[in-house]
Amino acid sequence: MFAEEAAGEAAHAAAGWFLEHAWLIPVIPAVAFFLIIFFGKKMPKGGSEFGILAMVASLVIAAGTAYQWIDWSHHSEEPIIKSITWWESGGLKFGIGQHIDGLAVMALLLVSFISTLVQIYSTEYVRGDRRYTHFFASLTLFSAGMLSMVLAPNMVQFILGWEIMGLCSFMLIGHWWEEEANSRAALKAFFTVRTGDMGLLVGTAMLLAIFGTLDIGGEGGINHLAATGEFDSKSMLMWAAIALFIACIGKSGQFPLHTWLPDAMAGPTPVSSLLHSSTMVVAGVFLVARLYPVFHTGLDINIAGQHFNFIAVIGGITILIAAALAFVQNDIKKVLAYSTVSQLGYMMMGLGVGAWMPAVFHIFTHAFFKCCLFLCAGSIAHTGSHHSFDMKTDMGGLRKKMPVTFWTWIVSTLALCGVPFFSGFFSKDEIIDSAKHNHYTVFGIIGLIGAFMTAAYMTRATYLTFFGKARGGAAHFVDGHEDHSHDEAADEVHHDVDGLDTHRHPVHAAHDDHGHGDIQHGKPLPFAPSDSPWQITVPLIILGALAVVSGYLNAAPFKLHYFEHWLESSMGLPFGEEPGMIPEPPTFSWAAAAPSIILVALGITLSWLISKKVFGEEKNGLQGLTQRNALLGAGHKFLVNKYYLDALYEGVIVKAIAHPIARAAYWVNQHVLDGVVNAVGIGGRRTGEWVYRNVDQRVVDGAVNGSGATARGAGGVLQPVQSGKVSMYGALLFGAAAVGALVLVLVNS
Amino acid sequence: MLINQFLLLGALLFCMGVYGVLTRKNAVMVLLSIELILNSVNINLLAFDAMNGGSDGNVFALYIIAVAAAEVGVGLAMVLLIYRNRKSISLDDLSEMKG
Repeated sequence: MFAEEAAGEAAHAAAGWFLEHAWLIPVIPAVAFFLIIFFGKKMPKGGSEFGILAMVASLVIAAGTAYQWIDWSHHSEEPIIKSITWWESGGLKFGIGQHIDGLAVMALLLVSFISTLVQIYSTEYVRGDRRYTHFFASLTLFSAGMLSMVLAPNMVQFILGWEIMGLCSFMLIGHWWEEEANSRAALKAFFTVRTGDMGLLVGTAMLLAIFGTLDIGGEGGINHLAATGEFDSKSMLMWAAIALFIACIGKSGQFPLHTWLPDAMAGPTPVSSLLHSSTMVVAGVFLVARLYPVFHTGLDINIAGQHFNFIAVIGGITILIAAALAFVQNDIKKVLAYSTVSQLGYMMMGLGVGAWMPAVFHIFTHAFFKCCLFLCAGSIAHTGSHHSFDMKTDMGGLRKKMPVTFWTWIVSTLALCGVPFFSGFFSKDEIIDSAKHNHYTVFGIIGLIGAFMTAAYMTRATYLTFFGKARGGAAHFVDGHEDHSHDEAADEVHHDVDGLDTHRHPVHAAHDDHGHGDIQHGKPLPFAPSDSPWQITVPLIILGALAVVSGYLNAAPFKLHYFEHWLESSMGLPFGEEPGMIPEPPTFSWAAAAPSIILVALGITLSWLISKKVFGEEKNGLQGLTQRNALLGAGHKFLVNKYYLDALYEGVIVKAIAHPIARAAYWVNQHVLDGVVNAVGIGGRRTGEWVYRNVDQRVVDGAVNGSGATARGAGGVLQPVQSGKVSMYGALLFGAAAVGALVLVLVNS
Repeated sequence: MLINQFLLLGALLFCMGVYGVLTRKNAVMVLLSIELILNSVNINLLAFDAMNGGSDGNVFALYIIAVAAAEVGVGLAMVLLIYRNRKSISLDDLSEMKG
């Protein structure tokens, strides 16, 4: 390891300052975390300035690193690895350091960029929160965790970053823990991810057993050894890959452990945005991309004649089930959450069919538009719908009143749907195309269906949020002459609901100044029913612009392949048709892209028409169809209950496994252990009785009584000494000391 | 020669301390006398230390000062409590330990 390191050092003497010091990127936010914790409360802005400064510093270094990496990748494929020994155990050295290559640089830039925007956004969104400082501390530590994970040179640091994120996600999702649902959601997220994390530990241990090292990159690293076939047992590698993939299932919310992700919406919106765009959930995809040779070799991806493999199957299932669930959600954030799950399915499927580059590119583009969508949802809740996320009861008709939010939402939605010339098109279409090209026909079709569903559910959400008639919270704010068809009583109810809402989200107590207290019927509201303040809109505009532009880094239709060039060396495997190689990406043709474009267009149109019918104002046959038609109703109910997976986990698995175990343990306790204990007890009592009669009564008592009598006699003699006078005790003490000193002198002389 | 004087001073202080402890009725005065005893020990330590040319004795002396401070703190707290309960700090009144 050290020889390799030294060689690496020599080779990289020419690498620029930023490439050599990329390890600073996670260190700065980590330091900022402690600054916020210790000094944040005393700062004028409650510690948020530390967080933002740290993220900006990280962003600057990440940008410098990216700039120098672009230069570097022109003439070298070597990653820049630096590592110091962190601790040693039994001859094994565990390092900590940096492993900079295209993939790491991409993720570093992405994470620091999104984190910066989210922190700026948060200064407005959680302003006045009672745990404002802690919020920023967790947010900063969270970014530090992700950043240290993406530049991990070995699995130990990888796990470290991974677990920091797990912890911070728990703290952030449960940020408003006063309400039980939120803390339950945090626990659920934590435990579900933990379930998968066991796979990470097992898989890492297996990697250590197979390769004898935990280093990821470099000549003697896991990736190189896996790619060149330098290991003994192929089946062991397969199990290691499966174990690691289970960790990815948990972290990236893949089927069947996706259930935690929508519940994670209980956290503040900036957290959802950060979690679901570039950090937490991407970690699983990142792990697969990072250790791609292990998965590729272990699961025989791209072997001739293979139509299915574990990763692709899980990814494909996830795309479809999550997209279907997004149709029945009323909560705008939950629609986006399921959409994230579905898009992560695309990434996984892409990796599963050998489309490494499009999958990683999808991480990149998805981060921008999904972050933007979540922040839009937050913006709507913040100023538009009065802190409600319910599309059906509290939104609608917001398009004119929140133009910035509306247009950034539209741009990001189009990117998400994969409409041509928006970023999502270039990445998602490439995944679908590669699946077909690499002979995974089934997954190509699944991708197409997924694209159709994505377009449809996003159109539904857009319609409900921005079009139609304003309802509930949104209606209160749309114009001064709001619709008062709901009379005094209804208004009272609304106040009550709002009171609850304020209670539920302590942050909103701070907004009471624009609450309902001083609302007069027919008068304009105390705060403008317009767009959010600049801290919210500026990140939205930046992200919205990137949702369009970022796609052109790797736009196959225009023969733009910058991204591919920068990241090619991170794949760990060469392009080629042989087994153990990644097939060349397909050449783009509009004919091949046509089915997906048509399906997306169809999805948008159909969904628009149906939404207009179902949620529109005119009464017609489609409204309430799920209540009338038994079959549709059953389907709806099935989806609303999330395929009963939660019920399965809690009701069946926990009951079937945990309860019998508990019962069995109880039985063993009652019959076996108690029997043993009772037998021992009876034996003990018999022995005790014998001992009592013979030993205790005669020998011990005799001795005790004898000594007691002696002591009483001695006590009688000594009683006068115990006068209770302190000075007499002192005199005795000093007298004794003097006698002792005298003896000492005599003995020594 | 020099050391003798130090030791004599120590012994003098020690004797004064012992005398105070044995004869004084006032608890505070007893505590003061105990301080005298401790400081006489300190002087001894320093004297021997100077004789041997080391620094261990200095360290011990510092420790003793620290311990003495703690001890007198506890002692005075007890005296204070006793005074609150009995309106007196005369040691002759405290004879509950009489056997």
